[in-house]
Amino acid sequence: MTLSSHSSNQLRALTGSFKSITVEVVINTDNENYLLEMINIEKSFPGVKALDNAQLKLRKGTVHALMGENGAGKSTLMKCLFGIYRKDSGIIRMEGEEINFNNPRNALDNGVAMVHQELNQVLRRNVMENIWLGRFPTRNGLIDHKKMYQDTMSVFKELEIDVNPKIQIGKLSVSKRQMVEIAKTVSHNAKILVLDEPTSSLTDEEVEHLFRIIRKLCDRGVGIVYISHKLDEIKKISADVTIMRDGQWIHTCPSDSISIDEIVNLMVNRDMSHRFPPKTNTPGDVLMEVKDLTGKYEPTCKNVSFELRQGEVLGVAGLVGSRRTELLQTIFGVESLGSGTISLRGKLIDNGSPKAAIKNGFAMITEERRATGLFPLMNLIFNSTLTNIRSYLKFGLLSNHKMMEDTAWVIKSMSVKTPGQKTKIKYLSGGNQQKVIIGRWLLTKPEVLLMDEPTRGIDVGAKYEIYQLILDLAGNGKGVIMVSSEMPELVGICDRILVMSNGHMSGILEKNDLAKPNVQELIMHLSAKYV
Amino acid sequence: MEKKIANRFSSEQFRDFILNYALYIILGAIIVFVSVTTWLDPTKTPFLRVENIISIITQASTKGILALGCAGIIVLAGTDLAIGRILGLSSVVVASLVQAFTYGTRYYPQLSEMAIFQGAGWWLLPIIALILSIAISVLVSVINGFGVAVLEMHAFIITLGTSLITYGVSSLYVEGQPSGSSMSLSTFDQRFIDIALFKFVSFGPFQIPMLVFYFALTAFVMHIIWTKTVLGKNMFAVGGNLEAAAVSGVNVKKTIIGVFAMAGVLYGIGSFLETARIQSCNSSTGTNYELDAISACVIGGVSFTGGVGNIPGVVVGILLLITINFILAFLGVNAYFQYIIRGLIIIIAVAIDVRKYIAKK
Repeated sequence: MTLSSHSSNQLRALTGSFKSITVEVVINTDNENYLLEMINIEKSFPGVKALDNAQLKLRKGTVHALMGENGAGKSTLMKCLFGIYRKDSGIIRMEGEEINFNNPRNALDNGVAMVHQELNQVLRRNVMENIWLGRFPTRNGLIDHKKMYQDTMSVFKELEIDVNPKIQIGKLSVSKRQMVEIAKTVSHNAKILVLDEPTSSLTDEEVEHLFRIIRKLCDRGVGIVYISHKLDEIKKISADVTIMRDGQWIHTCPSDSISIDEIVNLMVNRDMSHRFPPKTNTPGDVLMEVKDLTGKYEPTCKNVSFELRQGEVLGVAGLVGSRRTELLQTIFGVESLGSGTISLRGKLIDNGSPKAAIKNGFAMITEERRATGLFPLMNLIFNSTLTNIRSYLKFGLLSNHKMMEDTAWVIKSMSVKTPGQKTKIKYLSGGNQQKVIIGRWLLTKPEVLLMDEPTRGIDVGAKYEIYQLILDLAGNGKGVIMVSSEMPELVGICDRILVMSNGHMSGILEKNDLAKPNVQELIMHLSAKYV
Repeated sequence: MEKKIANRFSSEQFRDFILNYALYIILGAIIVFVSVTTWLDPTKTPFLRVENIISIITQASTKGILALGCAGIIVLAGTDLAIGRILGLSSVVVASLVQAFTYGTRYYPQLSEMAIFQGAGWWLLPIIALILSIAISVLVSVINGFGVAVLEMHAFIITLGTSLITYGVSSLYVEGQPSGSSMSLSTFDQRFIDIALFKFVSFGPFQIPMLVFYFALTAFVMHIIWTKTVLGKNMFAVGGNLEAAAVSGVNVKKTIIGVFAMAGVLYGIGSFLETARIQSCNSSTGTNYELDAISACVIGGVSFTGGVGNIPGVVVGILLLITINFILAFLGVNAYFQYIIRGLIIIIAVAIDVRKYIAKK
């Protein structure tokens, strides 16, 4: 495997633009039997070549990590596999036979399944109905609930999933819902399973459980394509790694023959030996004080008290469901305040609504960028200026000139990569969208920035830029509260870390705690305190 | 990746182009076809004549003003089924106030005896009528807005409910005539009719009525409101992503009610002018007007998915729609068959609109 990819790599360099020659070479050097082969896949969109000579070869019973920054073409390649996009050229083979699926359903019927990052489930129906949706077992023309239950239980037992098949799926945690989705693919007898960022919202413990399930699937001979931005996981779970960049295949090799730094270098094509920028901020006087904060409606946070200093980055850690998001939303006035107080520079303030919070100098970057942050069909000007819209009024009307000036500032100071101000934001990559949203909030000149998973679903290179932005903001005297599920990230850029557990604050790790080698264990321990 | 912008006209771009302009192309083709065939056939009157065009624009004006109001509600991802009935109620109230003093069975015979309305004082009557028309329309529309924003009802349901209520009220009002009958309110003072139909510009023998001028002015003002005011921006924010708008500090409830109130003002103006244009109102006045207003918006690219649309589109939409209606009548198409065609236009318009925003494969 290593040999063939190396030789083809060299040949690619040698043959230069003569791609047709490369094609033959790649096919000819194949002598191993693969479960799935995607060879020289090309796909163009108007104005963009999204895939250019993309390759993926998956062995039976192994996990194959597909790596690349956002926009590298990983999702596009998968969409070509599932027939969501039609490839322009190239060959896809499954167990040696050429396949071309028309749609995901067609792929599923042929044993190729995908678990998306954003789970598509009918939240108000129960677990087993979600699993058997579209192919309910029937008896005499009526749905056979008993069989459905038994079949579900047998799959769950096999995968050691502890979920009641009759519970409404919307009431389950994200990790449980994900496991149900994997069980669904097993019930379809999938031979190939694509997991897109499966761990982005899971805690370490849940990740372990997921990995156990993945290993079980591999033992059954299932091949798994694993897309993730979490580099440490790749080494842990995958047998092979394929790295893509700018729609092109870059490198494929066994996971244990490559280091994380090498992977990152290949992904971003620049030296990224440091995952986090150096800390340049110094916390100063107390900026905000939160006392006994409790939300009005369940589920919410209870009796949380802490201080935030000027120029400080305060991390918030905790398991999914520990009410980290609710804490931020209660501070920002999205969720109603039950009891407790918030004061800014010693003065009590009332953040009764987001509008009031903004006026008081707060900004909030929400977790679900697509659902609660973006106006996808609107351009960058609209997306940049909306929060600050009243400041562009001139004689009662909005001044285009001023709005474009500020948009230009957002693009420049956040280094947003975009064809222009009038581009619809849905056409930008996740990282660039996030930069626009941060820029939007900076235009309101906030003192306290609340960030909920600011780097979720963003590629490594853009993550570094976001970290730098956060540290720069703190360096300029702002207070930043940042919720994250990625512990290395919290430890890497925060000054202190507040740990939430089941709605309660279970502790704050101070600077000296963060320097300890077992800091992640400390966080895990506190996270489980009230569970 | 942005560097690799291709110059060629790819199939996807062609598809987008077709989707964006399909309706314009279809309707434009129909107009050209009818124009050419009627022009070539010496036995028929040619369609493309100045008086026909003026007649179309005049008809489009009042319904266009209604569509301009309704468009904002559709941008909010809502809809308004009450437009026709709101117009019905407002117009009978307007009609009852502006009947000629010489008309025997007028609604308010006592008005002609009041000193204040004599001579130039008569002008107070249409002013009162306009204010009442706007007040009634805004009231009903704000109730709709309240239902959507505060009670969190679907716009479809609340406007369906208020349309029935409004119809009931307007029928009772018509029945309340001194004569006790429910005959149409008609025979208006010529000065009132002239407010809408006075020919303010002439092209030789052809003259353009005031209505067209009001429509143009309303469209211009709405264009400014949509593009240059906080309400306009907030409207697009709420329609495009309600939650993101709320987090960004937009007062969602205020915006929704504001957009409905704005629509109410336009319905009020539209009702007032339509009364003068049709010169006779009864409780069935306004029936199905909402369908034309909504169709015009959808033809003009205001999407039911919310957050998308612009005023020039709505103007083009209503002009195309009225032209098609006019052509059907001009060709002498059976009136019931006309309904079928208008229904098809709505379905095709929405089907194309939906295609624009579903994920492309």
